Amino acid sequence: MGVIYLLLGLSILVALVFFVIFIVSVRKGQYDDVYTPSVRMLFEDELIQEPKKEMQTAPKNKDE
Amino acid sequence: MPKETCFHCGDVCRNQSVFYDEKNFCCTGCKTVYDILSSHDLSGYYDLQQAPGSSPKNTSGKFDYLENKDILEELLDFHDTELQIVSLYIPNIHCSSCIWILENLHRLRPEILSTQVDFPKKTIQITYKTAGFGLKNVVQLLTSIGYEPYISLDDFDKPKKTLDRSLIYKLGVAGFAFGNVMFLSFPEYFEISEFWLDRYKYIFRGLMFAFSLPVVFYAARDYFVSAIKGLRTNTLNIDIPIALGILVLFIRSTVDVLFNYGSGFFDSLTGLVFFLLLGKFFQQKTYSFLSFERDYKSYFPVAVTRLRENKSGLLHEDAIPVYEIKAGDRLLIHHAELLPVDCLLISREASLDYSFVTGESSEVQKTSGDKLYAGGKQCSGAVEVEALKTVTESKLIQLWGKSVFTETKSATFTTLTNKISKWFTLGILSIAILSGLVWAFIDPDKAANVFTAVVIIACPCALALAAPFALGNILRIFGKHKFYLKDTEVIEKMAHLNMLIFDKTGTLTTTQANEITYAGEPLNLMENTLLKNALRASSHPLSRGLYAILADYDIQTPDFYEEFTGQGISCEQAGQTLKIGSTNFTQALTLNNKPETAIHINSNRRYKGRFIFKNSYRKGVSRLLQQLETNYDLAIISGDNEGEEKMLKELLPPGSKILFNQNPEDKLAFITGEQGHRKKVMMIGDGLNDAGALAQSEVGVAISENVNVFSPACDAILDASRFQDIAAFLAVAKQGVSIVKSSFVLSLCYNCVGLFFAITGQLSPLIAAILMPLSSISIVLYVTVRTNLASRKLKAESLSL
Repeated sequence: MGVIYLLLGLSILVALVFFVIFIVSVRKGQYDDVYTPSVRMLFEDELIQEPKKEMQTAPKNKDE
Repeated sequence: MPKETCFHCGDVCRNQSVFYDEKNFCCTGCKTVYDILSSHDLSGYYDLQQAPGSSPKNTSGKFDYLENKDILEELLDFHDTELQIVSLYIPNIHCSSCIWILENLHRLRPEILSTQVDFPKKTIQITYKTAGFGLKNVVQLLTSIGYEPYISLDDFDKPKKTLDRSLIYKLGVAGFAFGNVMFLSFPEYFEISEFWLDRYKYIFRGLMFAFSLPVVFYAARDYFVSAIKGLRTNTLNIDIPIALGILVLFIRSTVDVLFNYGSGFFDSLTGLVFFLLLGKFFQQKTYSFLSFERDYKSYFPVAVTRLRENKSGLLHEDAIPVYEIKAGDRLLIHHAELLPVDCLLISREASLDYSFVTGESSEVQKTSGDKLYAGGKQCSGAVEVEALKTVTESKLIQLWGKSVFTETKSATFTTLTNKISKWFTLGILSIAILSGLVWAFIDPDKAANVFTAVVIIACPCALALAAPFALGNILRIFGKHKFYLKDTEVIEKMAHLNMLIFDKTGTLTTTQANEITYAGEPLNLMENTLLKNALRASSHPLSRGLYAILADYDIQTPDFYEEFTGQGISCEQAGQTLKIGSTNFTQALTLNNKPETAIHINSNRRYKGRFIFKNSYRKGVSRLLQQLETNYDLAIISGDNEGEEKMLKELLPPGSKILFNQNPEDKLAFITGEQGHRKKVMMIGDGLNDAGALAQSEVGVAISENVNVFSPACDAILDASRFQDIAAFLAVAKQGVSIVKSSFVLSLCYNCVGLFFAITGQLSPLIAAILMPLSSISIVLYVTVRTNLASRKLKAESLSL
């Protein structure tokens, strides 16, 4: 039954991993603004086209 | 014909509208923004939301002060030789299109590296390269696309604040430990004497002990701190029995495990702390887009233009921070700027709007040599002044030096929970000691056990959770109904009120809808036509208001048209001249000296008459006052003159106090006086002129037409559209407090059951582990359901109107 040590150790390790991930995400400010990312996520398609479009407008940028 | 609306901002297109690129725009400003965006392939802005924009304002020279190094230093979040990061508050952020365009700013200017919008806070953080670029350019760019940042003195000396996330960390630690301890203690709930368990129970218990350490010493730290503070000041607050319970739980459990008496109460301990922190978290609802702490700094400019003679005797302008203004400095105040200090007028004339200070919205004419007080807004072009004092010595600012603004109100208020906890703590301790003594005679071995068991089971978890959940829920419901409270304490205070004091202008009356009446000789058709056409071109708010109510006439362009800022309009059409504007401008016959807001008309050099603007009362005012007068004393204090005394007397029950011509300090003094007569006062006001009164009253409510713009420091902000529901909000607050009281009774019942087990010496960890969460969860459910039911009244109320 010595396996119980291994099992306990593993289960606590898994729990600790999630705990650390939680702490890191809070520290990075993921919980500071919980609304804007939900909107920003929907812009993704728009941003992928960006490189192509920027080439077209590049001369204009220089003009300014 | 359906009215065309602006493709950019959605306003109705009037006659100066522009047709461009097959789209309608209400003004050239909107067209310019569209042009900028579409030329940079950012027209996706218009795909996300219809007409999302707002028209840009003309602001040349307004942001020159952003080139001053000292000012920059204060405003920037970070700066080095190449990069600068700044956070700006943009009140205009309102939809997903705003987020999109602002986060694509780098496509407009390559110097901008990245932008990040925080929508709830309406702030944007911009990182940009400084080579040939600066904060001034950033702000001008934002302004040119209709997103003018609001920079005030508040930004200037704000401490670089770090977010306090400690409660989330603590909640995380407690939740983590609670889950693991539950899982480790589970085997021992059932078969204590089994061989396998007996062998391994030490490792389980040891682990549980280890998990409980961070909970007791980190997550629960605030309770110990608060308990010690309470003991020092001789107030038995709710945190004392909680801290005692946690401490006894921990010591008893450690002793149990150490001497192998049992498995300890680590599950109950961690669960208790977790639930308590959850209650705290729930109570801590903050409206990040609102601020309840504003003072004059939020309204004041950061910098002002100083005029200085240089060596060759020529005047030159430079921007200096307002705190550096010294007596004797010559300052240039631009149009629509606020006077930051008390000063003397040097220019010939000035027209000042003191509505910010007095609440009365009429312009005051001043001539050279007059003394001007800080807080007035210059309304007729740029003027030169000489500063008499520094900012902090000025009259308006000294109001904030008063103690009402430095003391926190909560220090003097005892919450319901703390009131009860006094008796509760004494009761529990006496029961614990008594039963411990009794057991000392029956079975001395068990005496300590029983004593600790009583303290553990009576730990007022449910009691401590009732108020946070009940009041936190009401806070949220009020928020949905556009009544935003600073914290849950405000609800308890609202339940104890017995007097309501209203401000008049902007509170009982609206600032938006005006009643306009005409007095004088009637105008003929030609005059009317010319008047309408002249007003069409003017952007003055009064012109706009009058334009909206005049009947439609043929659209003609006047032969001659000139607008004099702060004075009026002069125009001519086919031999008919018209002067529209102030009394001096139109040579009005000043028969009565009654101050009023009016547009005067002078036709062919002869005075004709005037359009008088009256603020109209809000919808439902008389009904609201009728509902309130049965339960509360009512009063009105106004900064205005007594022009409408008769009307107000009819609204209020006889004998109510109605005071006029009150300055901010008078209002404050009035409230202090009423409080001396055992009145618990709710002050309902709108402007900074009410700030003192709002701070002094038990509950200060700021009415706001648009909650996104600024309101003075207060306890609650009410959207003007829900003004007529004040009675309903007060009723719900009262009910909320009675719900909390009834839940106290319920939690005491649970305590009695628990005490039975404790006193009879049969409290096992299992019973504790069941009873504690059961009581907490059922209390939370009870208060949540009941507060939701109570606030259904609010919904019915809003539908009936």
